[in-house]
Amino acid sequence: MRSRASLLSFVLLAAPGAAVWAQPAKIPDTIEQRVLACAICHGKQGEGIQKNEYYPRLAGKPAGYLYNQLVNFRERRRDVPIMTYMVAYLSEPYLREIAEYYANLQPPYPAPATGAAKGLLARGEALATKGDPSREIPACAACHGKALTGMEPAIPGLVGVHRDYVTGQMGSWKVGRRKSEAPDCMAQVASRLTPEDIAAVNAWLAAQRVAPDARPAAAGSLKLPLECGGVQ
Amino acid sequence: MKRALVAGIVAVIVVVAAVLLVRPAEQGAPAPGPKGEGSQIGRGEYLALVGDCLACHTVRGGKPYAGGLPIPTPFGTLFTPNITPDPETGIGKWSAEDFWRALHDGITKDGSYLYPAFPYTNYTKVTRADSDAMYAFFMALPPVQQPNKPHEMRFPYNQRQLLLGWRTLYFKPGEYEANPKQSAEWNHGAYLVEGLGHCNGCHASRNILGAVKEDDIGGGLIPVQNWYAPSLSSARETGVGDWDVKDIVDLLRTGVSPRGAVYGPMSAVVANSLQNMTLGDLTAMAVYLKSQAQTSAPEEPVQVRPTEQQTADMMKRGGAIYEKHCADCHQPDGKGVPRIYPPLAGNRSIMTPHPINAIRVVLFGGFPPSTEGNPRPYGMSPFYQDLSDEDVAAVVTYIRQTWGNSAAAVSHAEVDRGRKVPVD
Repeated sequence: MRSRASLLSFVLLAAPGAAVWAQPAKIPDTIEQRVLACAICHGKQGEGIQKNEYYPRLAGKPAGYLYNQLVNFRERRRDVPIMTYMVAYLSEPYLREIAEYYANLQPPYPAPATGAAKGLLARGEALATKGDPSREIPACAACHGKALTGMEPAIPGLVGVHRDYVTGQMGSWKVGRRKSEAPDCMAQVASRLTPEDIAAVNAWLAAQRVAPDARPAAAGSLKLPLECGGVQ
Repeated sequence: MKRALVAGIVAVIVVVAAVLLVRPAEQGAPAPGPKGEGSQIGRGEYLALVGDCLACHTVRGGKPYAGGLPIPTPFGTLFTPNITPDPETGIGKWSAEDFWRALHDGITKDGSYLYPAFPYTNYTKVTRADSDAMYAFFMALPPVQQPNKPHEMRFPYNQRQLLLGWRTLYFKPGEYEANPKQSAEWNHGAYLVEGLGHCNGCHASRNILGAVKEDDIGGGLIPVQNWYAPSLSSARETGVGDWDVKDIVDLLRTGVSPRGAVYGPMSAVVANSLQNMTLGDLTAMAVYLKSQAQTSAPEEPVQVRPTEQQTADMMKRGGAIYEKHCADCHQPDGKGVPRIYPPLAGNRSIMTPHPINAIRVVLFGGFPPSTEGNPRPYGMSPFYQDLSDEDVAAVVTYIRQTWGNSAAAVSHAEVDRGRKVPVD
């Protein structure tokens, strides 16, 4: 009798435990978990993945820039089918939340690239910091900030991103596979750059050391030399 | 010889049909339609969402309803027309009668036959009242001046008059006829599924001339896009005979349910169309779908299948991949997490004879759509760079044959073909 009672109490005690065990795993209700799908290409902290240079770092870029890109993919202004497929039916508030999540991450930056020829670096530095007024090419720093870490709310940093990625984007602008909201100022700039210009400026950008706490410049801190869509 | 015979028969049919079909379009008082709310324009807007007109008549980043979307078909590429009320490039000069004739008879204002990519074979069931409401809505849209792109159909499919023969074989104009043995709710669901909803535009197989059998929802591979739209009437595929009505409605309205999630083209349908529908309309559709005869699954396509020994090796390899890449979300027991990560155990959408959907989702991942009921969906990683064809074949075989699941093994050649489909 006694053993029966104790057996019964054991069963009763065990039952809730068994029920808990049978429950599905607890999945964190976080944005990190929701966008884990992005990590396979862009890294768990949005650091970009080294095995493929064309998957860019997302972490620390201004949220407005990241949001604009998600919309650009959705609207096919950028021709990257896998990205269009991923974001096509996600709502604007959700895309904004995703953009803000990555904007606020700050994993370590990669070490600066080495080995580029001095002449190439000098030409790149001149273009990046002074531009070429004779060809109506503004300095990168005029829009992307003195430290080239971008400007809030929607101009991206150019340092700490892989050289091949930036080169690829400039090429895409030149051939119309990447567009921004009109007026598309970067398309105008890219159309004036020669392949040699692009190689030089990207070699120099990739050679810059990025401060671990680098942030985009404050909104409105630069007066843009061109009219640009979607950056206000 | 056979070809000549077929051509002869078609020619006879065309002539006979020309005589039979040249008759005035049906007229008369508007038939009683489903109850509308508010203004006629508001009702029309709702019906345009039910019909998902936007999906085909808009390009990404383009003006709503201004057309221009390429529709690739096995016969060439069609470009959808501008259906805003611009008088020159849109349908601004159309009357309600012209609009009805397009919807009901598949004949455009200038009298030419519409290609059946425009689902008039379904829309013919729409009532005149509903057609007029949609017309009122389209006429109230801001006109967009955007000329239509000419179709790029190959010969002989570019000869529109030949569509008369097609129509004779495959098209019967007529409004939805209620089945008196069924409830009003069931009939309303049938009206939506078979009519404006045009579900069998995808969920049925097309014959060699691109025709779908009337009321067939037996599943089929969507041409060119290469997603398999599973049968809605087979218990072995995604027939919903044993689902709760609530779960069916959940899937249609939110994109997720405890039984599975939508992906691919169905994501678009939920995002653009179904999530906007009333609970009453969705419930009616669910009741109708649930009642469908549970036919046997379509025949399996003839494929070179892996041998038993190969399958055993794949199961071992697939199990290891599953544990490493899949089990954290879909769980070691394959049961998933309700409304977050779809279950794989017992999920028939991964067990269809055509394994393309499971292959695609492993290769390209994706998100269900944002909906009011699921605004921030959890996503699935694309594995196309991390897993080889052999790996994907192994893990897809594994999920098709574990936890009581039963479906044929897939080969790495099928995965290779899956890599080459258009992603978006």
